[in-house]
Amino acid sequence: MKDTDDVSNKDVITKLIVLSSRHMMPGDLLYKIYALQKDVIVKETCFGAEVSGKKEDVNSLIRDIRILDPYGIFIKERGFPIGDLRRCRATSGGGARPGFHQIEVEAATLPLMSRALLEYDMGVKSTTYEKPAKLDVDVFKKIIADCLHSL
Amino acid sequence: MSKILIYPTNSLVLADLVDRFGHEPLTIPQEIRKKVTSVGLDSPPLNITPEDPKIGLKYAAVEVPSGVRGRMSLIGPLLERAEAAVVVSEPEATFGCMGCARTNELVNFLIRAKKIPTLELSYPTNDDDARDFVYKIAEFLQSSEVLKHE
Repeated sequence: MKDTDDVSNKDVITKLIVLSSRHMMPGDLLYKIYALQKDVIVKETCFGAEVSGKKEDVNSLIRDIRILDPYGIFIKERGFPIGDLRRCRATSGGGARPGFHQIEVEAATLPLMSRALLEYDMGVKSTTYEKPAKLDVDVFKKIIADCLHSL
Repeated sequence: MSKILIYPTNSLVLADLVDRFGHEPLTIPQEIRKKVTSVGLDSPPLNITPEDPKIGLKYAAVEVPSGVRGRMSLIGPLLERAEAAVVVSEPEATFGCMGCARTNELVNFLIRAKKIPTLELSYPTNDDDARDFVYKIAEFLQSSEVLKHE
């Protein structure tokens, strides 16, 4: 049977705000979000915050939040609503929720990305360097032949 | 604003960079949100319905494992909307919806087959790589081949 769209949930989106900032902790971020007085639900997390609300409200909030630390705030969309019982750790007996692992892996590169974004805005050009080319098959065959010959 | 498909489709870094440079990232949470927030009679844990593997049949044959077809039912609609793509080649970590190697190969093939402007990169591991990563993405997203879709 075809699902019917719930009109009330149709335009509600959830976004993850991940911090890699030297100026802001998740608690500070939460106060800043509250101060903006947007009609959204906010949850503080270990990596930053989650915000959920109507698309226009959330996108407007995101624009305002980014200005606070343009190089230390990273944002992506989340599929599940905040506190959804199918994902929330409180009801699943602990452990990381499935989506956390991708964030955990990518969080390691966020300090690099922060510096790279700052340098890009400062106009620093990319230092592209040629990676060593893979060994040619004919050269490799010759090396093998030489090795065998020397035995 | 062009619609940019990112791969891995749940990547925080890619989604943020695409959004930051003024385009709309096409990410898998957008499709998952539709599944888990739509109210209907079919309400198993994630609202995956018997219709979904059928949608996946458009991209993979019936003898292909249902997991591939199920995943393609999420990624396929993103592919169809994509006007350009940013692909990280062979990401070390792929979790959740990206955790199936066969699906990932199929997605990469379909991106190439669609012949949309595509940028291929590797995840950065040091400052030089990161500078290169951001620079290439920024230049690609501001290039005429991407902007012509606006």
